[in-house]
Amino acid sequence: MPIKLPFRPRGQSFPPDLWTKCPGCQEMLYNKQLEKSLRVCETCSHHFRLRVDARLAQLLDHDTFRERDAGLESIDPLGFVDQKPYPERLAAARSSTGIRDAAIWGTGAIGGHRVAICVMDFAFMGGSMGSVVGEKVTRAAEAALADRLPLIVVSASGGARMQEGTLALMQLAKTVAALGRLADAGVPYVSVMTDPTTGGVFASYAALGDVNLAEPDALIAFAGARVSAATIAETLPEGFQRAEFLFQHGFVDRVVKRAELRDALIGLLGYLRPRPPRRAASAASEDGSSGNGFLSRPLSSMVDVRAEPERSRG
Amino acid sequence: MSAQNPSGLVAEGTSAAVPAEASLSQPQRVDEALREAVWARVQQARNVKRPHTLELVRLMATEVIELHGDRLFGDDPALVGGFCRFGQHRAVFVGQQKGSEVEENVARNFGMPHAEGYRKAMRLFRLAERLGLPVVSFVDTPGAYPGAASEERGVAEAIARSIGVMSGLRTPIVCVITGEGGSGGALAIAVGDVVIALENAIYSVISPEGCASILWRSPEAAQQAAVAMRLTAGEQQALGVIDMVVAEPAEGAHAAPEETARRLGSRITEQLDELMARDLDVLLDDRYARFRRMGAFADSGSVVTPRQERQSLTERLRLLLGSGRGMLGTDLGPLRPDAADDQDEPPLREDV
Repeated sequence: MPIKLPFRPRGQSFPPDLWTKCPGCQEMLYNKQLEKSLRVCETCSHHFRLRVDARLAQLLDHDTFRERDAGLESIDPLGFVDQKPYPERLAAARSSTGIRDAAIWGTGAIGGHRVAICVMDFAFMGGSMGSVVGEKVTRAAEAALADRLPLIVVSASGGARMQEGTLALMQLAKTVAALGRLADAGVPYVSVMTDPTTGGVFASYAALGDVNLAEPDALIAFAGARVSAATIAETLPEGFQRAEFLFQHGFVDRVVKRAELRDALIGLLGYLRPRPPRRAASAASEDGSSGNGFLSRPLSSMVDVRAEPERSRG
Repeated sequence: MSAQNPSGLVAEGTSAAVPAEASLSQPQRVDEALREAVWARVQQARNVKRPHTLELVRLMATEVIELHGDRLFGDDPALVGGFCRFGQHRAVFVGQQKGSEVEENVARNFGMPHAEGYRKAMRLFRLAERLGLPVVSFVDTPGAYPGAASEERGVAEAIARSIGVMSGLRTPIVCVITGEGGSGGALAIAVGDVVIALENAIYSVISPEGCASILWRSPEAAQQAAVAMRLTAGEQQALGVIDMVVAEPAEGAHAAPEETARRLGSRITEQLDELMARDLDVLLDDRYARFRRMGAFADSGSVVTPRQERQSLTERLRLLLGSGRGMLGTDLGPLRPDAADDQDEPPLREDV
């Protein structure tokens, strides 16, 4: 039960832990119903932002997700202090979201297709990409390459995390270089852009999918309207930088409603199969058996039926 | 060649007023003197009289031939490139170009490239690879242009693609931050085997003004933001983002462009000598490793070992919250069952 804040507007007849007002159509939505509809308004189809656990639960086959590198956490390499020290911001984000940083990655299955998947959560410091997010995307790409699994990254981010300075900027280079190796090896990558996908995340891995999908009306931009207005005194037109705009201009393959996203991915994964490795098959199976490979094992052995449901189902 | 000129190539002593590596991860006491010292460098980096890419190339290289156009849309005057020769090395150069007069600066869009600029750069990178020529890039931009035309033509995609092309380009790449290294628009041409910076160059994830307006909610805090981001060349070297710093003449590069070009040119030539002699596969592996190790994070990894990989997230969290606590600076707290879009905090992010 969320703590009631003293400055909540008076006279609000709907308790916010039960009801959410849709910013699209101003309708009051019952939270339990909203969760059931994948956090999409049934009246106007507004897509609310999704937490990482809900996203994983929506996309992956039940009980197939195995998180990797869960222990990675941000430190404060610059001793960064703005109005609050960075470590305090991190601590606040951790306790309010229950996750360690703005991305989680692991392996799982979608419609029986094994994938490496990395999902971002906007609720953690605006989904900003610092060293941990960059490292997780990179490790996901490297594991996808080693295990020859298609890679899926679901982005939701305001861009690079300013509190980590150029080290955050360098994550663009790190992630893109890893994706380059993945592409060279013939392992496919699907980028799913959700609201918002902007700045350094859009200008690195999010833009580079072999297939780019986007959720309806998601803000997808290099620089937000505020930056444009401040930097060059240019007001951007209405509907600019939305998923549909990106689609019109050829940077997104398909705009997919959330309810159809899982099926869309299943359809694509039928085609997006990693090319067999160039080396001899024996070498590949050696690689596969050296630890985390799934190549030589039947699917049934990969799905651990003992494991309990992820927290989203709890 | 550079051996005759060791004094011009010092990395130390370039930033007496800015903190050294040892204190980098400690919160800084921001006093007036530090703020002024850092801001002076920001102003040096932005000085319109500072020699820009074409001036530097003409001063330090020979046989300069500029090439134009991205073969897709147009020719971006904010990003220039072509052939030139450093000593014995024929090379391809690429760089953002600002103007030194108002009129030229407007024509050059203040060194803020559109998508076609980065696509021209990529075209030249690939040409260099095909011809077996090394690439030298010069970074001097407040950032890629954040306007409508830029978004429409996919400047973010062009930046991402350019980073990718550079990280896998099978020819040596020397990058030089000569002035402003502004965010992704700078990094798009700054992925190389060695990254050099002029002493008064700056390199940052966002402009100090942008950072200030988001984190301090006031552009007046730009000087404070500049200090907090550690954007000076010396600090960037301490972070490992920049490999070497080339000292500028006493008054700064704008006061003595020839001397600046001479110092920088000899350092570039020296790097090309070394890089051209190396095996390409090793070079590419090293380049990958250079950026692969960028970043700083902790791994409270006892919970994640390959053996435990099948442990579910929930189990791991329980472990952490129980005996394993203390590894976190704070309790994770209960997982909130209700997802919330509303945040108490303003979003902390690069832009938007």
